[in-house]
Amino acid sequence: MTSLLATVAIPDLLVFLLGALLCLVGAVSILTVKNPVHAALSLVMTLFGIAVLFIELQADFLAAVQIIVYAGAIVVLFLFVIMFLGVDREEDLAVEPIVGQRPLAAVLITALMASIVALGLVGHFEVGPATQTGMLHGGAGNVADLGRSVFTTYLFAFEATAGLLIIAVVGAVVLARRNNPDDHVAESQVEELA
Amino acid sequence: MNHLALPTVSYAALAPILFLLLGGVALMVLSALSRRPLAAGTVTGYSVLIGFGALISALAEYGHVNGAGPSSTVASAIAVDGFSAAIAVTVSVVVILASLLSHGYLRRMQIDAPAYHVLALTSASGAIIMAAANDLVVLFLGLEILSIALYVLAALNRRSAKSEEAALKYFILGGFSSAIFLFGIAFTYGATGSTNLQVITRTLGEGVAAKPGLLLAGLGLLLVGFFFKVAAVPFHLWTPDVYEGAPTPVTGFMAAAAKVGGFAALLRVLLTAMPQLSTNWTPVVYSVAVATLIGGAVLMVVQRDAKRMLAYSSINHAGFLLVGIVAATSAGISADLFYLFTYSVTALATFGIVTMLAGPRDDDAGIDRLSGLARRHPAIGAAMAILLLAQAGVPFTTGFIAKFSVIEAVVGHGSIPLAIIAMASAAVAVFAYLRLVATLYRTEDIATVDLGYDDSLTDGPAAFAIGLSVVVTIFFGIFPAALLDFGRTAVAHLLP
Repeated sequence: MTSLLATVAIPDLLVFLLGALLCLVGAVSILTVKNPVHAALSLVMTLFGIAVLFIELQADFLAAVQIIVYAGAIVVLFLFVIMFLGVDREEDLAVEPIVGQRPLAAVLITALMASIVALGLVGHFEVGPATQTGMLHGGAGNVADLGRSVFTTYLFAFEATAGLLIIAVVGAVVLARRNNPDDHVAESQVEELA
Repeated sequence: MNHLALPTVSYAALAPILFLLLGGVALMVLSALSRRPLAAGTVTGYSVLIGFGALISALAEYGHVNGAGPSSTVASAIAVDGFSAAIAVTVSVVVILASLLSHGYLRRMQIDAPAYHVLALTSASGAIIMAAANDLVVLFLGLEILSIALYVLAALNRRSAKSEEAALKYFILGGFSSAIFLFGIAFTYGATGSTNLQVITRTLGEGVAAKPGLLLAGLGLLLVGFFFKVAAVPFHLWTPDVYEGAPTPVTGFMAAAAKVGGFAALLRVLLTAMPQLSTNWTPVVYSVAVATLIGGAVLMVVQRDAKRMLAYSSINHAGFLLVGIVAATSAGISADLFYLFTYSVTALATFGIVTMLAGPRDDDAGIDRLSGLARRHPAIGAAMAILLLAQAGVPFTTGFIAKFSVIEAVVGHGSIPLAIIAMASAAVAVFAYLRLVATLYRTEDIATVDLGYDDSLTDGPAAFAIGLSVVVTIFFGIFPAALLDFGRTAVAHLLP
């Protein structure tokens, strides 16, 4: 770890620390704020921090996608659902559905974090920041590189993704469509269960 | 720099995948464009034809590989080898049988037939992609194509709240396991610098084992993802609930397709990409196999519902398949291939019979309900008895040969204790199977149970598929040589 720090230039280190701080503060406040809308906005902060880290790793395109898709579209979707369902007020989080759930979660999360840090210390990385593994293709265009690999190395994965998206759409339509005349049966059953 | 060298694509090798995936998409478009809803019979026939197309192209690929040897295509993202061809054959057979078994059910329950068939066909293509994937990214996409279609299929019975509950449970837990699996891929990539299985094994051969922390974490997370998918103990908790709640023909399809895809990918990743780490993964797979064998068999005995009992039976079968992985020899892999094929056929047909018996609303598969069934409907009773005995591993059925060859492989590898545990668990499971068979042939309750579902008992296509499965189960139980050789040849042409 010391050798890793020694090779990182001071500006890089500062940007990394800033990005990491953004991520962590955002992530912690998602859990601590009471208002679900504020939690969704904290998520934007985390996602923005990840975008900063992507830039630090010279993944400019991913950083842009991160902002547009995640911080933009997905968080808007979250907010939409929160407001649509009318849960934009304080929820009572004091009740624990399972006794001892929270302390256990704290212990497990600490163990998980410790093991991730330990992995960073003892693991061998084949990939890593440019300061470790050298510039990506001499620092040439990110978009061009990605575009090339999508149509060469990852051509099949690219096409399979198209198939996956079709199935996701079909699935959503099948689940959302309710033109079956017998649907009231299902609803009455749900009420019975409740 | 402007010229982009596109990778060469062997469409013949991809044909089984293309048949199922494009067949599903084409059916979707057709059903959307047609003015009137497509007739259920047309859709089932179409689906069976697509299954046959995939089967023939998979057999052709198998024949081609036998002559030309294993290779890879589309920039080595897809393995063209005997193993993937054999799995493609299995999945195609599953598609054909599942289409026939679901036909009457979809009509009775007034479920939109094209929706079921589109999802089943694409889901099956995901299983083949998983088996043929030579790259962890492709493997993950196959896993998701398989899973997402299955989540929706599990929710297809709108009249049952249990079906929706099962789908939600499967979706949430499946989403978590996919995320864990993806973390495993990311860690493995970080440790080896590639997601391609050949490059990974080459990197491991050069020895990154000095500081293997990240690599082992990746391996561990990958294993958790796989164990969830194939329902191994202790990652099985979703299985009984989902199997019970999902529409019964879907349960059968899920039990066959998800297990085939999951085990095929697990075998390929462990034995071709990470054989160097076998000292690390063998103890894990060994202990999970022991837990799965014992857990599946013991919990099966205490079930009061046929679908839940069969869910635990499928968990017990997963234990046997893991035994074949512990063996880690070509004998183990070919035993697993034989096991996957025969298990798929018997499990599908067993769930097909449960579909006939689960009542008009598909909500009651209690074992007591089956009491005395064989006396009222001798043919169905006999078929059920044969299929259950095959699952139990009685001689002259495929189940016996499958269990025997897996245990033979692991004994050859030197793990005698595991072989003994496997046989003991089979003995416990036999008790549960025989109890169900005895219930079928009970005499005292004949008059007391009201039938009221005669409709389902005269389901022609389903009866044909069940009859076919029984014939396959007995024929390959008595003459297994051809099928065993098929598996051995497939493994001999495994892409290294």
